[in-house]
Amino acid sequence: MRAIGVILAGGNSNRMGELSAKRAVAAMPVVGSYRAIDFSLSNMTNSRIQKVAVITQYNSRSLNEHLNSSKWWDFGRKQGGLYVFTPTITSTNSYWYQGTADALYQNINFLKDSHEPYVVVASGDGVYKLDYNKVLEEHIKRGADITVVCKTMDPNEDDISRFGIVKYNDDMQIVDFEEKPLVATTSTVSIGVYVIRRRQLIELLEACAKEGRTDFVRDIVIRYKNVKKIYAYMTDSYWRNIGTVDAYYRTNMDFLKKEIRDYFFRQHPDVYSRVDDLPPAKYNGGAVINNSLIASGCIVNGTVENSVLFKKVYVGNNCVIRNSIILNDVHIGDNSVIENCIVESRDTLRAGTVHTSEPGQIKVVVEKNFRYAL
Amino acid sequence: MIKKEMIAMLLAGGQGSRLGVLTSKLAKPAVAFGGKYKIIDFPLSNCINSGIDTVGVLTQYRPLRLNQHIGIGIPWDLDRNLGGVTVLPPYEKSTNSQWYTGTANAIYQNLEYIDYYNPEYVLILSGDHIYKMDYEVMLEFHKSMGADITLATYEVPMEEASRFGVVITDENNVIQEFEEKPKKPRSNKASMGIYIFKWSVLKEALQTLKDVPSCDFGKHVIPHCHEKGSKVVAYDFRGYWKDVGTLGSYWEANMELVDLVPEFNLYEEFWKIYTKSEIVPPQYIDQNGTVRESIIGEGTEVYGEVTHSVIGAGVTIGKGAVVRDSIIMNGTVIGEGAVVDKAIIAEDVQIGKNVELGVGEEAPNEKAPHIYSFGLVTIGENSVIPDCVKVGKNTAIFGPTEAEEYPDGILKSGASLIKVGDLA
Repeated sequence: MRAIGVILAGGNSNRMGELSAKRAVAAMPVVGSYRAIDFSLSNMTNSRIQKVAVITQYNSRSLNEHLNSSKWWDFGRKQGGLYVFTPTITSTNSYWYQGTADALYQNINFLKDSHEPYVVVASGDGVYKLDYNKVLEEHIKRGADITVVCKTMDPNEDDISRFGIVKYNDDMQIVDFEEKPLVATTSTVSIGVYVIRRRQLIELLEACAKEGRTDFVRDIVIRYKNVKKIYAYMTDSYWRNIGTVDAYYRTNMDFLKKEIRDYFFRQHPDVYSRVDDLPPAKYNGGAVINNSLIASGCIVNGTVENSVLFKKVYVGNNCVIRNSIILNDVHIGDNSVIENCIVESRDTLRAGTVHTSEPGQIKVVVEKNFRYAL
Repeated sequence: MIKKEMIAMLLAGGQGSRLGVLTSKLAKPAVAFGGKYKIIDFPLSNCINSGIDTVGVLTQYRPLRLNQHIGIGIPWDLDRNLGGVTVLPPYEKSTNSQWYTGTANAIYQNLEYIDYYNPEYVLILSGDHIYKMDYEVMLEFHKSMGADITLATYEVPMEEASRFGVVITDENNVIQEFEEKPKKPRSNKASMGIYIFKWSVLKEALQTLKDVPSCDFGKHVIPHCHEKGSKVVAYDFRGYWKDVGTLGSYWEANMELVDLVPEFNLYEEFWKIYTKSEIVPPQYIDQNGTVRESIIGEGTEVYGEVTHSVIGAGVTIGKGAVVRDSIIMNGTVIGEGAVVDKAIIAEDVQIGKNVELGVGEEAPNEKAPHIYSFGLVTIGENSVIPDCVKVGKNTAIFGPTEAEEYPDGILKSGASLIKVGDLA
């Protein structure tokens, strides 16, 4: 293989509100059966990248649990495999990762000890399918130093000022790159996937570290854009970042559309995830389901409309769940009404609970009730 | 030194011919069950849940699908450095090469496999029952009784006892006599085909009986040991145990899973059933879809109506289609407007638009009335049913079929349309 992979899965996002209180964004459950990082991990394995490091720091317990075996993404290899790097105290450094470049620099031996000529750097919070080999081929063909994967976004679909905004010339060379601008001047955004020669990355990281710089985008991509050949690679397939409550909600709801489900679930290549050994979903007599995604292990006795039920959700009798996302292992007691909400995982809603909100004002429900074991 | 306390030998070589077209291309243990499982998942999961990490699976009849399913044993955590799951097919020898001619003969031909692990006890299992059982508890019982052989037994209704091998025990559960399918049973303790042997006792018996044709546990090995004075005891198993050897019992056992609180509960946390799942995504129920009293596997899309059915993974139920009292296995597509009543449909079948399955009055099947009864429509894997045809009850279809093969657009009750496989 020509490349190794690095997935930057460190981050917290304060715009995820309470949802990211107990996990890194990359470990966020998405679309019923997956975690956000499954998409980048599956892209890596489907691009035949065999050696991948996941770099993480914020509340990584949930992520570690998800990655406790690498076999589900076919990384149970003798050559290469999956590496999870959290910050460690060493004789020369006792700081947490100060930024993305610093996180890479603190693990520079991973880069130095590999022999593959290229590195694919991806983020852990994107929902997308991408063959990194195609990006790599373009990268080599253009003789680029860094290739940044970009996508033109519809400003109505997401707040694009929360991304890196890119301007490129006719040769696809990036001429301007602005991180989280106050006002976005174009609608082309970086999706946080970069291809770079391994030796080049090591050099840049070492130079960066010497000057005390820590951020990959600010201190490498933007700072070197007039010195190095930095190109954009445009993708027009589906890509969403789940980093805000609103974007998270919309991304899940996108999968109620047939063409998006077909693209991810029924077309090659597949997206893989950890296998949970849950039984099939069960629908009892009172179940009324409309336009909803239901994951395995659910038991449904009530009404579910335009919603996504994650794994092992229990919906009691006469419940009404509408336009909502119910995360893993939530128990909803009889006669409850949930509308326009996201219910945090492992929660227990007592019988008769009502949580409603207006469309577009998605409410995050965290009750933390004690569940009486059966 | 290698030493395992107990290893399991799982007999999975049988065809299960009473399942008709379902086992025409695969062994019975590889038949799907309960939406996402295969029958062999139950004994394999029981093994790992009971702490048995070394399992030899004896295969013979059409083993491909079984091999694909078991692989190196990852879903059951049976991928081990020492032990784990090993598939044991019959093999050629310099003289006297033979197939597995009987249950005990199959074990005899794999003496070396067992000896390698140097076990104290050997657990013999069959791959065709649906149950949850802690073999460790059975082993404790075996040890506490000081037994040479322990048979698991199940109390069946007295009137059905004549279909089983029954045992007659004294008050301490020590077996006095065996009766194989007795006309007038004196006991209702049926042998479940689950045995724990002291390895030394089993090895001696297998070597002594090695020339017995079709050497069988129930017929030869156990009676031989009993006569020799080995202590044979019965272990009363109380819990759910179901033989799914006929299409009727197979259908019934599946249908029981959709009860409000099923007797066989797959939703228990402490005794999970593991299986190889290739399909991960959630299932989708459309605006026009309804599902009720059913269990449905991953990645299935429902645009029609599903009532009282067991649906596998990756299935598509078309718009306006109605599925009732049926079993549909992975990857099958039910065309728009089709009506499916009381059918068993195997993997990757294409049911055309507006097809009606299970219509009309019952009539006994013309070719194999003992197999295709219970009013079921049975369709083998990869079959194709053309648009707008009707299919009666007690029927079997296997292979790609075309409209011309349905006179007047109907396959009458009792007819069969088998175009591929050994039964064609």
